[in-house]
Amino acid sequence: MGTRRSLVTLSLAFLLLVLTVGLIAAGGVALADEPGVTASEVKIGNTAPYSGPASAYGTILKTSAAYFKMINDRRGVNGRKIVFISYDDGYSPPRTVEMTRKLVEQDHVLLDFAPLGTPCNSAIWSYMNRYKVPQLFVLTGASKWGDPKDHPWTMGWQPTYSSEAATYAKYILEKMPQAKIGILYQNDDYGKDYVNGFRRGLGDKGRKLIVMEQTYETTDPTIDSQIVNLKNIGANVFFDVTTPKFASQAIRKAYEIGWHPVHFLNNVSASVGSVLKPAGLEASKGLVTALYEKDVTDPRWEGDPGVKEYLAFMKKYYPQGDATDGFNVTGYLEAQTMVYVLKRAGKNLSRANIMKVAANIHDLRLPLLLPGVRIHTTPTDFYPIEQRQLARFDGQRWELFGKVYDVSGMSR
Amino acid sequence: MATATSKRDQGAVAGGTNAGQERRLFWLRFGALAFLLAAACALPFYLSNYQLFEFSQAFIYAIALLGLNILIGYNGQISLGHGAFYALGGYTTAIMTTRWGIHYGWTIAASGLLSLAAGFLFGLPALRFEGLYLALATLALALATPQVLKYFDTWTGGSQGIVLDKPPVPLDLPLNQDQYLYYLSLAILVLALIMAWNLLRGRVGRAMMAIRDNPVAAETMGVHNALYKSLTFGVSALYTGIAGSLGVLAVTFAAPDTFNVFLSIDLLAGSVVGGVVSISGAIFGALFIVFVPVYAQQISQAAPWAILGVFLIALMYLMPNGCASLLHRLWGALEKKIAGASAIPADLTPFEDGAAEEDQRSARAASGD
Amino acid sequence: MQTFVAQVISGLSTGGIYASIALALVLIYQSTGLVNFAQGEMAMFTTYMAWSMLNAGWGYWPAFVGACLFAFALGFGLERLVIRPLETAPELALVIVTIGLLTIFNSVAGWIYTYTIKPFPSPFPAAPIKVGFMVLNPQDLGVVGVTLLMLALIYLFFHSTRLGLAMRAVVENPVSSRLVGIRVSWMLALGWGMAAVVGAVAGLMVAPLVFLEPNMMGGVLIYAFASATLGGFSSAGGAVVGGFVMGILENLTGTYITLVGTKLKLTVALAVIVLVLLIKPTGLFGRAAVRRV
Repeated sequence: MGTRRSLVTLSLAFLLLVLTVGLIAAGGVALADEPGVTASEVKIGNTAPYSGPASAYGTILKTSAAYFKMINDRRGVNGRKIVFISYDDGYSPPRTVEMTRKLVEQDHVLLDFAPLGTPCNSAIWSYMNRYKVPQLFVLTGASKWGDPKDHPWTMGWQPTYSSEAATYAKYILEKMPQAKIGILYQNDDYGKDYVNGFRRGLGDKGRKLIVMEQTYETTDPTIDSQIVNLKNIGANVFFDVTTPKFASQAIRKAYEIGWHPVHFLNNVSASVGSVLKPAGLEASKGLVTALYEKDVTDPRWEGDPGVKEYLAFMKKYYPQGDATDGFNVTGYLEAQTMVYVLKRAGKNLSRANIMKVAANIHDLRLPLLLPGVRIHTTPTDFYPIEQRQLARFDGQRWELFGKVYDVSGMSR
Repeated sequence: MATATSKRDQGAVAGGTNAGQERRLFWLRFGALAFLLAAACALPFYLSNYQLFEFSQAFIYAIALLGLNILIGYNGQISLGHGAFYALGGYTTAIMTTRWGIHYGWTIAASGLLSLAAGFLFGLPALRFEGLYLALATLALALATPQVLKYFDTWTGGSQGIVLDKPPVPLDLPLNQDQYLYYLSLAILVLALIMAWNLLRGRVGRAMMAIRDNPVAAETMGVHNALYKSLTFGVSALYTGIAGSLGVLAVTFAAPDTFNVFLSIDLLAGSVVGGVVSISGAIFGALFIVFVPVYAQQISQAAPWAILGVFLIALMYLMPNGCASLLHRLWGALEKKIAGASAIPADLTPFEDGAAEEDQRSARAASGD
Repeated sequence: MQTFVAQVISGLSTGGIYASIALALVLIYQSTGLVNFAQGEMAMFTTYMAWSMLNAGWGYWPAFVGACLFAFALGFGLERLVIRPLETAPELALVIVTIGLLTIFNSVAGWIYTYTIKPFPSPFPAAPIKVGFMVLNPQDLGVVGVTLLMLALIYLFFHSTRLGLAMRAVVENPVSSRLVGIRVSWMLALGWGMAAVVGAVAGLMVAPLVFLEPNMMGGVLIYAFASATLGGFSSAGGAVVGGFVMGILENLTGTYITLVGTKLKLTVALAVIVLVLLIKPTGLFGRAAVRRV
């Protein structure tokens, strides 16, 4: 019924559409020569999930935003204030495309800083490279971001998932040739990257050491069933590729059911404050991970000026945030890297020059990176951080052991 | 109900007693439509590419919502799983264009047909479910979609997804790709609207609505309920599948994360906000889906979802039957004024005669009350 | 065999989680005829309230009671302030309103408490109980026990108290209920309040297992819907059974159907539910509503 009226209201629908358009068009901005840069400002964009199931990651960018605010309070970068525009994409790739286009075409940002998530970055990858807008220091550890030949406008930041997994594999081959390895991973690109890197690290022979692989979805309430299976198959090495909430669950569940394998925990969830503490420090004893950032809860860094400065910053600029959360440390370091690049670029804030500076960072040592870890890029090496060190949790803190692994050349 | 509609249609066709007023009304409606269509066609000359992209997305969602409205509003079957058909359309296009190098135009049609078949097949068992149970069975469909997409990774590229190219501009038209995509979505939307209008005003549409309003009576009057209900499900999926295909072409990327359960919930919310028992409601709903989240985060960066929730609730307070329902009335009042209150035949002024009530009844039927 | 038993036990305990929220869903459906999408988020929010009280130095049980009272007030207030004005609106509008509430609670909780997971204390002893080769976690047993206890209380309430009978009457026939002097609107608000309390208890039981965070209930709600559908929305006992079946079914699929493994376990479980519905369209224990033509 009412189809006739529907036809009429259809017209009204279009009318509303035209009105919306009018409003939007009125707010349009003319295209600038040097996008995002004026005498007093430099505009930087970003997309991250602030709503929906992945919103736990949003805090990383909130820390970065707070850091930029602090820089602005200290008279900005080379006299320019940083205008940081961060949009919510809810971890949905189409929304990332939409918001990124808004940043580039409407807000005219100079660059896209640390967009978060592998699928989200994949969705804008070709767009950014076609329009030659820097997609800098993306917040995902997928290995595909270091491809200066075909995607010269995109660069990663953190050590890649696959190289981290390869580090564990090397260690296992060396120390535990009789291992029976059980793997639990998140059923998405992040989990698969880890597992692929791990398999590659083990090689053809080592691959036989894997006795079971289990997966989980981010919508699963618990992972108890998977842990039970891994225990019952008799695995004595546990490669745990899970995000913080599930990592805490896995650590606790394994402990509760009396399964005590050598537990390799991916760096994503290595935060003592936000993962191990909730799971229980006793249950976390003996965990092994690979670190590149300082854990700010570690008593060893108590007098460390970098950590002190970070804690003071969090207190003043992001008091709602949990300073012990490893995610916030990442946001802080990311922002520092960005500010470093802007400073180095000096007066020439063109997009091309930004990429040039980002691709020529030599041995940058930031105060919250572990000793021996540096940010280093060349025009052919778009993997900024490639060192890490294994650490074992002793019930209180991560005890670093062994050498600093340098995985340059195996980030892919 | 069915008889009332047909009577009104006859009345409208016959012109009633006052042909002059009738004609005036016709030109008013025609003029408004033509003006708006012209305005929509003129937009690309005034808007930036990004804004065109946003509108293209709104048009695409409108096509999907149209399918949902046909199903929920006009046939009384609820679906919380139309994201699955959107995904089916999207992946059909992504796979066909990137793997087999087929022209995207064919893939849009293929996406629609495949979704039609899938929708029809899903509609068959769904016949046994009513109201709430149908809602939850379709919700299951939405939930399973990302997992299934990831599982068949040799086809779908797994969680990495598929990157595809934007449709190239054909025939050396003086347009850029965003403008072309805008016109393409607009054209398909207009086509979809006309088809839906045609479908719903005819015999099939009346049968669909008869089933919604009283299935037993419809059956006794010779309507093949099972066939019509499955077919409606199929047609609804056809619309949504075509939208999915266009959506993937616009974004040039398909990944399982795109088609999670929130897509289906977004679609349902858009459909209800726009007005579920209307054709035009699809457009309002689509504008809501595309633009409101953007405005919501301008209001509060810290809690964008909270603002979105407040908007949703406020809209339901102001227009419990959707935007279209409210505008129907306003337009009705306007027509009355222009054509003269007494001039309109009684059965042409349905704007107050319980449009809300009717919407309500069908919505209740949809949720199995 | 050992794996099988372990998986069934683990399935029972996750099933307990699903069942507890499913119970709240069914309760609100039975007492108001509405499906509340915000049920899980309301439970999450009240659990945060308890967390705040614990942080303020309250003991566990005072905080438990405090959270339940808060939940009742929240549910009752929401019905009076948000749902009631929409009394005459179509049911779909109400469903959308509950989706709006879901996003609001989720977002506000994240805003106030951040998304960092928080451990939540359990009222049960921490030491695992060993029975033969099985290791039982007291918290898991507690969730199952408390869910069954709530089910019993709900049954008693609806079948042996005047108030419960009045609430049932309102759902069956609001007009007649009004005629015999039942205050219909208050009964509906009461239904919301009670469902919120059941949700709050569920939240307090679940949080120690899955950790407290704003998205704690997202996944659970989905499984709770599936459980209630499987058991039948018109039966509280059915919803609880549905929850346990769902938990076990999912675990066994992930473990034994090696072709799909854990990657499709949700899909397979959902397919089974749809198959069950095909045979019994109102769920395992649901009654078909008789319609007058």
